[in-house]
Amino acid sequence: MSTPTTHPLAPRRVLFGRLGWSALILFALLFVVVIPALHLLVPTNHPLYISSYLITLGGKILCYAILAVALDLIWGFAGILSLGHGLFFALGGYAFGMYLMRSIGRDGVYHADLPDFMVFLNWKELPWYWIGSDHFLVALLWILLVPALLAFVFGFFAFRSRIKGVYFSIITQALTYAFMLLFFRNETGFGGNNGFTDFKRILGLSITTPEMRATLFALSAAALTGALLLCRHLIAGKFGRILTAIRDAESRVMFIGYQPLWYKLTAWTLSALMAAIAGALYVPQVGIINPGEMSPANSIEIAIWVAVGGRGTLVGPILGAAAVNLAKSWFTFSFPEYWLFFLGVLFIAVTLWFPGGIVSLWSRLFGGARR
Amino acid sequence: MPHRQPVRSLAWWIALWILCTCSPLRAEWDAGLAATLANGDSEARIAAIRQLVTSGDPKVAVLLKALAEDGLAVADGRLARPIDGQWIDLESGATLTPTGTPESLSINNRVRREVQSGLALLRLFDADPKVRLEAASSLQSRATPEMIPALEKALGQEQDATIHDHLFLGLALARLSSKDAGQRLAAVKALGESASTTVRVTLSRLLEPAAEPDETVRREARDSLKRIERRLALGEAAGALFSGISLGSILLLTALGLAITYGVMGILNMAHGELLMIGAYSTYAVQMLFRNHLPNLLEGYLFVAIPVAFVVTALVGMLMERTVIRWLYGRPLETLLATWGISLMLIQAVRLLFGAQNVEVANPGWMSGGVALMPGVVLPWNRIIITLLALLVLGLTWGMLNRTRLGLFVRAVTQNRAMAGCVGVPTGLIDTLAFGLGAGIAGLGGVAISQIANVGPDMGQGYIVDSFLVVVLGGVGQLAGAVWAAMGLGIAGKLLEGWVGAVIAKILMLVFIIVFIQKRPQGLFVLKGRQMEG
Amino acid sequence: MSLMDEPIVENPGFPSLGHPLVPGALDISHKVILYLDQVSVSFDGFKALNDLNLAIDVGELRCIIGPNGAGKTTMMDVITGKTRPDSGTVFFGQTLDLTRMSEPAIVAAGIGRKFQKPTVFEHHTVFENLELAAKCDRRVRFSLRSRLDGETLDQIDEALRIVRLTPHAHVEAGLLSHGQKQWLEIGMLLVQDPKLLLLDEPVAGMTDEETEHTAELFLSLAGRRSLVVVEHDMAFVAKLASRVTVLHEGSVLAEGRMEEVREHPRVIEVYLGR
Repeated sequence: MSTPTTHPLAPRRVLFGRLGWSALILFALLFVVVIPALHLLVPTNHPLYISSYLITLGGKILCYAILAVALDLIWGFAGILSLGHGLFFALGGYAFGMYLMRSIGRDGVYHADLPDFMVFLNWKELPWYWIGSDHFLVALLWILLVPALLAFVFGFFAFRSRIKGVYFSIITQALTYAFMLLFFRNETGFGGNNGFTDFKRILGLSITTPEMRATLFALSAAALTGALLLCRHLIAGKFGRILTAIRDAESRVMFIGYQPLWYKLTAWTLSALMAAIAGALYVPQVGIINPGEMSPANSIEIAIWVAVGGRGTLVGPILGAAAVNLAKSWFTFSFPEYWLFFLGVLFIAVTLWFPGGIVSLWSRLFGGARR
Repeated sequence: MPHRQPVRSLAWWIALWILCTCSPLRAEWDAGLAATLANGDSEARIAAIRQLVTSGDPKVAVLLKALAEDGLAVADGRLARPIDGQWIDLESGATLTPTGTPESLSINNRVRREVQSGLALLRLFDADPKVRLEAASSLQSRATPEMIPALEKALGQEQDATIHDHLFLGLALARLSSKDAGQRLAAVKALGESASTTVRVTLSRLLEPAAEPDETVRREARDSLKRIERRLALGEAAGALFSGISLGSILLLTALGLAITYGVMGILNMAHGELLMIGAYSTYAVQMLFRNHLPNLLEGYLFVAIPVAFVVTALVGMLMERTVIRWLYGRPLETLLATWGISLMLIQAVRLLFGAQNVEVANPGWMSGGVALMPGVVLPWNRIIITLLALLVLGLTWGMLNRTRLGLFVRAVTQNRAMAGCVGVPTGLIDTLAFGLGAGIAGLGGVAISQIANVGPDMGQGYIVDSFLVVVLGGVGQLAGAVWAAMGLGIAGKLLEGWVGAVIAKILMLVFIIVFIQKRPQGLFVLKGRQMEG
Repeated sequence: MSLMDEPIVENPGFPSLGHPLVPGALDISHKVILYLDQVSVSFDGFKALNDLNLAIDVGELRCIIGPNGAGKTTMMDVITGKTRPDSGTVFFGQTLDLTRMSEPAIVAAGIGRKFQKPTVFEHHTVFENLELAAKCDRRVRFSLRSRLDGETLDQIDEALRIVRLTPHAHVEAGLLSHGQKQWLEIGMLLVQDPKLLLLDEPVAGMTDEETEHTAELFLSLAGRRSLVVVEHDMAFVAKLASRVTVLHEGSVLAEGRMEEVREHPRVIEVYLGR
């Protein structure tokens, strides 16, 4: 048996080129170590100081970037456009939000053992699905388990009946819409309209300190790095080639003996899982989670981040999420009434004139042959 | 016919005799009545009032009204009321010159109540059926045994069926409080014909021996109760069915435009909801124009709004197709994103033009009220009209697709674009027109929605998912499928809503559709054919 | 071990790597690899297949001809599980009921198909196309950590040589000519190593020289594998000199050697002449 590398035919397959690795390591260093350190160690009047506004905004965008990478894995590589990824994001957020609500303890408005909204609804005890939510590890388990299980079950049935293309997109949109309606109800037990807010602490440590902010920011950056590495690993391997083959000619894949169901389901569930982790990191940083996160409009916006950055490139969606959300922050501050116009034009412009997104612009400008 | 002559004269004599037997009351009208009302105790006054009410004399109403308003006096033994500083004789209408100070009649609350119900009873004999209906339905639930004679009389001469029913029920309820068990039995039997919840409550009280001592009456009450419950259940089912059909019509109206753009042309237009919104805003704009410039014709603004909404949304749709959608044929996911972008811009444009708040679109007067299908089941006019509108739009759409040259071309282009182009069909123009048609029909849906739901910039977003589900469930490219899907979803949705509440019903419907599409990804109606490769 | 001279193993049991989708082993003890028994399929009243009976022997090369709409492609769809028959049975060997198996399971049992329109993965290189088709465990977890072993590389290497695509190994398949795509698809079938190959119009769009080469290739494969070739090109069918089955309106009209079939009066009536 010969080793793969010595065979004259075997293609050279690497995770990243030298430039890619350097960029990745630089990114990780900058975002996991340097920026949090600048926030914590530099005096506030120093020009290099990163304000808490910036670090919160940055942390938020990092979470969005994870979400965009998650969507790119299934849309860019398996051709499955989910219009319901906001659901998994929100479920991850709610799962961690339950823990955050319980850790408020008796410091709420009503000074009761139960979360404030339950006291307000005149509930006397915790619903069964809240049991154990005061343990950090249980919360972590729910963050991973609930969205993954939902994605698995939904995906199994959808992919098994070979629902694809726009049908799948519409059904995922209906799914997140249904969950939004469900979570809007007070009786569902997740705070209804208002959702969860007024968080106080994580693991006994106050949530408003600079240290906590810096930690959450660093964790988000690390999670993004991890998500990028994982997706790149999946895509560079045979799994990725099968996935793209399914995207291009699904029935052909079946006739060479692969069951597309399991490949799609694996990518789909992993993608939902990443979205959930992003949501769990997002909630403590912005301090609120409500059913609005599940609205169809939110989910479809994720697709535009991916499209703006360049779908099927993994790095592009990160840039896209950052660019669109920075633009959103600027617009909603300076010209709030024109934000929707801008976003609308962005949707149209990207699909009509820049289907490759920012990344393709880069390679067009600098003539690189990289994919 | 001479031999009939004696019969006729006999009838005259009987009539005259009846008039004469009534004359003691006429005698009382002057001195006796005045004396009783002036000096009698409450019991005597009440008895007199009751007798007056059954007399059928039109002046009794004037008398009672004057009495209720404390505007009646006795002047020289005659009943009179002060009008413009003069005393007018109640009976003759002549001006009196009283010798002394006329004695004003004051009444206590008990008598006043009697006067009020007397007035209500009198309204049962009013010439205007509207007044009679109002009086009958208000008396129905608070009739007392004392009203029995008046009610019987009113029932005897009532022509209008609805008022008749109310009177019948009121009479039965009044008889129920009678001391005579036979009267009560008859009443209980008669009440079995009703379908009102108040009657059900009344009858169910009679099941206890403490409330109804007579065994036969109790048994009859049980039977009647059963009949009422059956009828009520039937009414409820009919009501639910109707609101289901009405919801189905709305779903159909919102989905028909999409059935063309998505179903026939295959364009996934996420701005469909916003086209509905533009239709609704067009209605609003037409209404405002009428209110400001043609207030006399305001009631008819809807007839102008319908074509205006169609044209405006069709133009917006054609513009969308020419500028954006045209370049994305065959790329459904890109179309989805681009049209979503369009929807965001439309929402913002409407916000800037009309403000972010909901606007008020009023129903024309002729759309308020409703038709009573059976007691307790009222079909509101606006719902009926929307159902009719849905039928009209459906017919229009079907006709456009199947009976016009445009429809023929649309079908040709969607089936084989290249071939259609080869035989001289202007494919580009057809695409634009067909999309415009779909958009215009969405605009008509918007007109309908403006009559029953809130009109605001964000309203479209709530309809997009529903519309898609109707089209997908019905089967792409199938108008018949869309009709069945809309009606099925509407009726099932309403039934579920009564059972588990609106939100859970909506969620269950979504779950059902997701499961259904698992089983039949092509929808309800689909043409089976040789499968394509690839 | 070369692809070309791999002997047919009777009753081989599970394929060497094992696969969960294989419900049973291929049993060819009766020397017949494929039975179609009274298979009928109808679409909206149109009978695409009407009581079709067909038996293919182990190692046989069979050509199927017939006018358009005779049911050739539908027959392929039924064998590969894409279309379920309304009635009738389809057996692979003695024991495997194909009407009850999923498409991937049918592939795993040893049936490979080349489509009428060449379908290769256009965004993958020729090499990657062959790599995906190469015999291996098809389950997700193996795809996550799979490394190409030397044996598979050798097989791909040989398949590339047979279909003459070695110089284009790292070219995207979308850039190949029509004929080259046909060959790439045949190459994918070869590395898939099926017992039965279904080839739907394999030489459409090929040059004469390419057609010649394909005929040689099929003839060299016959005997070791079973082949069912659907073709319109009569010269090509004649070159294969195999048994020919004529389909008409969903059932078998005639069967025999090309010369015999050509003389068959009904065949002349419905297909060749009229």
